[in-house]
Amino acid sequence: MTDLIPAATTLAAAATGHGFLSPTGVEIAFVLVGLATLGAAFVTVTTKQLVHAALWLVVALGGIAVEYLLLTAEFIAWVQVLIYLGSVVVLLLFGLMLTKAPIGRSPDADSNNRWVALGVALVAAASLVWVVVDAFRTTWIDLDGPAQGSTKVSGEILFQHWVLPFEALSVLLLAALIGAIVLSRKDTAAGGTDDDTNTKGQQR
Amino acid sequence: MSTTTLAVLVPLLPFLGAVAGLLLGRRAPGFVRPLAVLPALASAVLAVLVAVRQGGGPPIVASTELTPTGSVPIELSLYLDGFAALVAVLVGVVATCVQLYSTAYLREDPRYPSYAALVSLFTSAMLLVVYSGDLMVLLVGWEVMGICSYFLVGHYWETEAARSASLKAFLVTKLGDVPFLIGLFALATDAGSFEIPKILGTVAAGGLDHPTLIALLLLAGVAGKSAQFPLHTWLPDAMAGPTPVSALIHAATMVAAGVYFVARLLPVFAASQAALVVMAVMAAVTMVGSGLAALAQDDIKRVLAYSTIGQLGYMTGALAVGDRGAAVFHLLSHGAFKALLFLGAGVIIHAAGTNSLAAMSRMDGLAKRIPDAFWTMTIALLALAAVPPFAGFFSKEAVLVAAEHAAGGHSEFAPSAAGWIVLVSGVLTALLTAAYATRLWLMAFRGRGPAAPDHGKEPVAMTGVLWVLAIPSIGLGLAAGPIADWFDGNGLTPTPVTSVLGTGAAAVGAVLTYALWQRATARAATAPAAAAPAPDAAEQPAAVAAGVSAATAAAESAAEAPEVAEVTHEHPAVPAGPAADPGRALLGPLHRHAADGFHLDAVYDRLFVRPVRAAASLVRFLDREVVDTYVSGAAAGPRLLGSLVRRAQTGNVQSYLSALLAGAVVLAIATAVLANVNAGS
Amino acid sequence: MHLAYPAVLAALLFCTGLYGVLARRNAILVLMSVELMLNAVNLNLVAFDVWLRDALHGGQALTLFTIAIAAAEIGIGLAIVLMVYRNRGTSDVDRLRDTAEGHEPAPNDQTAPNNQSEVTA
Repeated sequence: MTDLIPAATTLAAAATGHGFLSPTGVEIAFVLVGLATLGAAFVTVTTKQLVHAALWLVVALGGIAVEYLLLTAEFIAWVQVLIYLGSVVVLLLFGLMLTKAPIGRSPDADSNNRWVALGVALVAAASLVWVVVDAFRTTWIDLDGPAQGSTKVSGEILFQHWVLPFEALSVLLLAALIGAIVLSRKDTAAGGTDDDTNTKGQQR
Repeated sequence: MSTTTLAVLVPLLPFLGAVAGLLLGRRAPGFVRPLAVLPALASAVLAVLVAVRQGGGPPIVASTELTPTGSVPIELSLYLDGFAALVAVLVGVVATCVQLYSTAYLREDPRYPSYAALVSLFTSAMLLVVYSGDLMVLLVGWEVMGICSYFLVGHYWETEAARSASLKAFLVTKLGDVPFLIGLFALATDAGSFEIPKILGTVAAGGLDHPTLIALLLLAGVAGKSAQFPLHTWLPDAMAGPTPVSALIHAATMVAAGVYFVARLLPVFAASQAALVVMAVMAAVTMVGSGLAALAQDDIKRVLAYSTIGQLGYMTGALAVGDRGAAVFHLLSHGAFKALLFLGAGVIIHAAGTNSLAAMSRMDGLAKRIPDAFWTMTIALLALAAVPPFAGFFSKEAVLVAAEHAAGGHSEFAPSAAGWIVLVSGVLTALLTAAYATRLWLMAFRGRGPAAPDHGKEPVAMTGVLWVLAIPSIGLGLAAGPIADWFDGNGLTPTPVTSVLGTGAAAVGAVLTYALWQRATARAATAPAAAAPAPDAAEQPAAVAAGVSAATAAAESAAEAPEVAEVTHEHPAVPAGPAADPGRALLGPLHRHAADGFHLDAVYDRLFVRPVRAAASLVRFLDREVVDTYVSGAAAGPRLLGSLVRRAQTGNVQSYLSALLAGAVVLAIATAVLANVNAGS
Repeated sequence: MHLAYPAVLAALLFCTGLYGVLARRNAILVLMSVELMLNAVNLNLVAFDVWLRDALHGGQALTLFTIAIAAAEIGIGLAIVLMVYRNRGTSDVDRLRDTAEGHEPAPNDQTAPNNQSEVTA
């Protein structure tokens, strides 16, 4: 694995003279925030209270936004906060409410597949961590120099080099929007009044 | 036309008639009767012409080879000697009579066209057997007869009895035909030819390597066709067919074929003393056994069937003592009177509406209703019982003379043991024959009880034929002298010793039966209340009136038949009761066994049918339980695996996804490990 | 900064999301776990983009696209879950077994109208 990207590894190792066990301040912050994120994610997938799961998801996603900031990708961090925390989690909470998810502890939040899932997840985690650590043991990120993820930089590359995918993505979003509306509508094309009440109910 | 051409036409005409009948039968019903009768009549006339031209002289031999057929050539050939000429005349005459009779007997039958065509084919096959000089061609006719008998016996295939009887006839005769075929091949291999003259030449030169084996193999086929013990059981059952067919089979064709075949190839059989003794024993057992069985039968046709077996036993006996002239002479006379008996029996059954002798014995005036049948049947029964001067007497005497000749050691090749066996059993059978003939006559025509139902006058086609056949039944015996010249030249005239023996035995049998019958009727008369059915007591005046009318009827018939006059006068009115059956008293404890044909069918059932069934069920078991186990196992294995796999299809997306990801992880780990191992090495 | 930190964090987050996808019963919780997995991938993208100093910043652009697509996905996904819930009366993943071997139409259809009315009310 290490042989796959030898040039980058040696370049990074040569450029920086850090030791593995001499962490910088950024690293300490990254690890701490990372632990918090990971803990929140664990609680998200294990808690018995469904609404709490959504709230812990907010913590986990916010932690990831902080990690983006620590990696100097500030625009993505704000997009993360805006989209995920602002809309996705709210959507998920709406979904929980609309499907009448029980408030409080629900003993059957996990399916019978739990132990298989745990086994698969643990093995996958072990192998991934092993591979990743084995591969990037001696690799460092150079965070100095000009900011790589500032809004200016992001705007420039997005609207210079990635403008076509960006526009295509807007079409995709439109299609998803329409699709979601069509799917959520009640399927009674019988009368207009009935339709109105439905949409009201959904909005509420 | 030359004699050969005429002789070829004799079997050919009925064959063409059969083909035309089968083709035109449905489309042109008007042609069916002429097509049935005319070819038979024409071939009978031609057979007479051939016989006249042949004139008992040296054999006429003509042959043509159609195509080379391997090592042993097969030729279409004729071999016309005196035997062939006379037997062909018999076949032609009887077949014509049967066809004529059938036009009336089966006039209502919707299947008459196919029936008539089959009878024609049957006749044609028999004529082929008679004239053929090549054993292979003879075999063709032989087998065609087998299949025709199958169809004809099963004519009333709606009934279970006819179906099983036809199958039985076919299978039993086939059982004999297999060794027969092997014997033919062995004979042809030894002689190097299928030609009868060449075979006879080889035998005369002593060129036969295995005479006993060949003779015994051929004898099996003959026993099957000619209904000799132990292959005779098909013949009584074959009565399920129409009566004219029975007449044809019994008188002229099927059963005659076996005897005729032995007569043709007698030198082959005579080459082996053992074969002759076996034949004699076979004939003796057949004769005596069938005589006893005939005494106990209730069905008139079965009585006649057993009598046929017995008379065939006489013929076989004559052959066993080496006198084929006597055998064929008896064949001729028997053919005449047995055809008459069967056709007469058909008329009786027609008039009485039943086959049962016991039922007939409870009917009055049956003889008066059908005077033609009564008189001709009387003649035929006299001939059967060998009463002089009817035909049966002379032919039977010829057999007995031949047996006595052999017993005395005067025969050139027949062992004296065979002679004694045939002589003793022949005399005994003469007694039995007379007894059952008397019984048949008494029970059929001298019944007591309500008047027989009136079915109107019998058709001329039926009664006329009876009289035609009555002529040879009476007169053929007188021709014994001239006929002997047509055969080997041995005298066929009776000698005083055998005449006294045979006729004496017959007289004893007849008188004994008559006395017993009289006693039985007397007993039935003395105990009417106990034995008579209830309605009879209620209709006492009517019964008296019936008795009076019966008495007058009996008186009338008594005037015509002097020997029974006393009986009818002494017992003028016997009310209906249990059948007065002299056979029951005559046989005593044997009666039950004899009625069942000495349980031979049951024995065959034990010996052959049940083992075969058991073997079949074993095979069935093996197939069902053993072979099928493998087959179903081959299906059950995949099904089991399939159900295991199916169990994994829970419909739960998460478990699917778990399995998918677990597999992906395993693959990823394997890739990583392999990469590390490769990198390390 | 050591590259292993974000990489390991991303791997662990991914596996946490994996566990959630496989173990959670409620379809919405499954969607949440999917979001976790997507975020783990995004973290990886950003980290490697920063490390490689890509002139086009493909990693960051792709992250933005992923976020947008994730938003669309969550919208569509929730709509589907809502519909399933309306039709079946449940949004539990392990009760949706129409593809199971020997499946018979469940009596859930009877409860659906009631739920529907309650939802719309």
